[in-house]
Amino acid sequence: MRIRAQVAMVMNLDKCIGCHTCSVTCKQTWTNRDGTEYVWFNNVETKPGIGYPKHYEDQDRWHGGWQLDEKGRLKLRSGGRVKRLSRLFVNPDLPSIDDYYEPATFDKDILVNAPAGLKDTPVQQPRSALTGEPMALTWGANWEDSLGGAHEHGTGDPNLARMSAEAAARVKFEFEKTFLFHLPRICEHCLNPACVSACPSGAMYKREEDGIVLVDQDRCRGWRMCVSACPYKKVYVNHSTGKAEKCTLCFPRIEAGQPTICSETCVGRLRYLGIVFYDEDAVLAAASVTDEHDLLEAQRAVFLDPTDPAVQEAARAAGMPQEWLDAAERSPVWRLISEYKVALPLHPEYRTLPMVWYVPPLSPVLDAVGEAGRDDTDADDIFHTIRELRIPVEYLAELFTAGDVEATAGVLMKLAAMRSYMRARTLDGTVADDLLDGIGMTADQVEAMYRLLAIAKYDERYVIPAAYSKDAAALEAQATANQDCALDCEGGPGMTTQASAESFHLVEDDQVRPGRPGLLSRRADGRRGFTINPLRGGA
Amino acid sequence: MTNLVWTVLPYLCLVVFVAGHVWRWRHDQFGWTTHTSQVLENRLLRLGSPLFHLGALGVVGGHVMGLLVPASVTEKIGISEHAYHLTAVWGGTVTGLMLMTGLVLLIIRRVVNGRVRRVTTRMDKVLYAALAAMVVLGMIATVGVNLLGGGYDYRETIAVWFRGIFWFQPDPTLMTGAPLVYQLHAIGGFLFLALWPFTRLVHVWSAPLAYLWRPYVVYRRRRGPAPTAAASPEQVRDAAGEPSARR
Repeated sequence: MRIRAQVAMVMNLDKCIGCHTCSVTCKQTWTNRDGTEYVWFNNVETKPGIGYPKHYEDQDRWHGGWQLDEKGRLKLRSGGRVKRLSRLFVNPDLPSIDDYYEPATFDKDILVNAPAGLKDTPVQQPRSALTGEPMALTWGANWEDSLGGAHEHGTGDPNLARMSAEAAARVKFEFEKTFLFHLPRICEHCLNPACVSACPSGAMYKREEDGIVLVDQDRCRGWRMCVSACPYKKVYVNHSTGKAEKCTLCFPRIEAGQPTICSETCVGRLRYLGIVFYDEDAVLAAASVTDEHDLLEAQRAVFLDPTDPAVQEAARAAGMPQEWLDAAERSPVWRLISEYKVALPLHPEYRTLPMVWYVPPLSPVLDAVGEAGRDDTDADDIFHTIRELRIPVEYLAELFTAGDVEATAGVLMKLAAMRSYMRARTLDGTVADDLLDGIGMTADQVEAMYRLLAIAKYDERYVIPAAYSKDAAALEAQATANQDCALDCEGGPGMTTQASAESFHLVEDDQVRPGRPGLLSRRADGRRGFTINPLRGGA
Repeated sequence: MTNLVWTVLPYLCLVVFVAGHVWRWRHDQFGWTTHTSQVLENRLLRLGSPLFHLGALGVVGGHVMGLLVPASVTEKIGISEHAYHLTAVWGGTVTGLMLMTGLVLLIIRRVVNGRVRRVTTRMDKVLYAALAAMVVLGMIATVGVNLLGGGYDYRETIAVWFRGIFWFQPDPTLMTGAPLVYQLHAIGGFLFLALWPFTRLVHVWSAPLAYLWRPYVVYRRRRGPAPTAAASPEQVRDAAGEPSARR
């Protein structure tokens, strides 16, 4: 067993109102630069819908993610190592920018500088951010917002194609009145990332400490294999710098113990951040299980119970400080995924073991209950609707459980039971034991789950231990091991002749060496020489 | 003049080639990329890029064969002069045409497609011009002189001079008798090498062969100290003492 910690996210979709605040603040923070105009590290889609980029879930077309070969071994859907290198000159699976959308800007000067006394109202014209030419807006990252244009495009949703024909036909028929919900998406920071595995130059990596998947901008050579290999299409080409970029899970904030910017600014307070312990050695086997319906349970089995003393012992042995163990125990993500089992991964059938999970929305089902003339506050009516009106449930199952309707229905029933239980509890103080028995949870658990999902206090939604405490813990261990001076141990900062910041930070090897910037100073990679600012402008 | 062109210039260009690469590698990792524009335009690239790259690999291989392998060696291993000539001329013609077609497609793409035109840097334009000049000269030498014309045995003159450069004994007189197109191609070749480190061509040295035996998922430890959180508004307020009356 090799224990690792992963910062993971859960989103409670029932609370998403589709306001795009997360997308906007993310864009302001990370992708408001040349070459990233079309890039949304965080985007909010309306489902059913074809998504951003268009039809990204159709892996027959894009060949993203993993699949099992004839011998049952896990391999990238786009091919193995030799095949990949043979496609360096042109990548047949790469989406074009038109599959995202052509980014536009507006010449607002026309409005600002319009002279007084015009007979006609001045109009600002959209101009392509790619060519500078005037253009017509025909698509965008949220073009289908709230089912806009769904009568034209909606049937192209790859999830409908995978549903049973009769259920899919009913979705098509009742499109506007059946259901819709919003699906905010960021990088999944997978346990078995296909993008990292497809990167020819080894520039993409998963961080050992917190599992965040990043692109090393200095080592990326622009082979653009990560873009097509990611089944969620959450790695992008910056066509200005020629490098790949992706959601960073706001690692500078996470390291400082703060939630990501999308979470921090989420109006619906539907995002949860916390750490999950997992066994790195179990990842490959879990991603390779034969039956797609078993992937959910297999991934849950990779996670380690932070309350288990043996796991805690292993975590300590791996050098994790107590603060991280405590955070893992309090982790809302762990509770929603593994204790309450109400969170589900997005498209587990891609076999990347994604780490952004979703509490599926009950609202489409409730709408269906109301439409069927039933009582949407009555758990029994909801249960029956879930069972009989298979449309929303089958659709949700395609998204979250690789088409396993029973698994999705089970989660929805838990959510419905929690509502009815809390209604009875609040209105007349009764404890609905039958509901508890039906979902196999205790009263305490349901009430705690209710508190986490409905009250959703800031401190309970975000349990993020700061990264620097890991270094602090190592220093502390060093201090207790030495009687006289804590810094006097072998290799300690007190032993070196030039005691300086250079030898102080407990990093793996000689990286990050401060020095006077400018002529012949030491650069970040430790070598001496002129320093050129890589962030200088221009393409 | 002979010495200047056939001795000083090659060394000058090689020094720039090596020093330029060292400088670029150390100081511009961020700019060291293929600068892919496939997301912006795919239709012409799908044909042009493989043609160009495969052609270029063939052409480079042909130059290695013709310039670095002495005629005595090919004879010793049983390849007749005639067989070599056939291979060189036809191999050179086919790969050269691939390279040229690919290059033309890629240049058309740069000019015609507004999106790609806009991300084309000045250095890209210089590179395309240099590549085009080199390819045209090379094709005239291969097709014009060796295939259709009377032929010229560069292996007795140019190749000997070229190898001499690396033994530090170049004989410039070997080059004075070469046809003009060969002379220009040789000079151009060295100038092209000098240009190389400053263009996107550096991505050639990053050909990701290590991918063939590397484990799929790469793990790395975080570098350097973690940042500390900036003070929240509450902390700033509390640090300033009693909360003052706020609007």
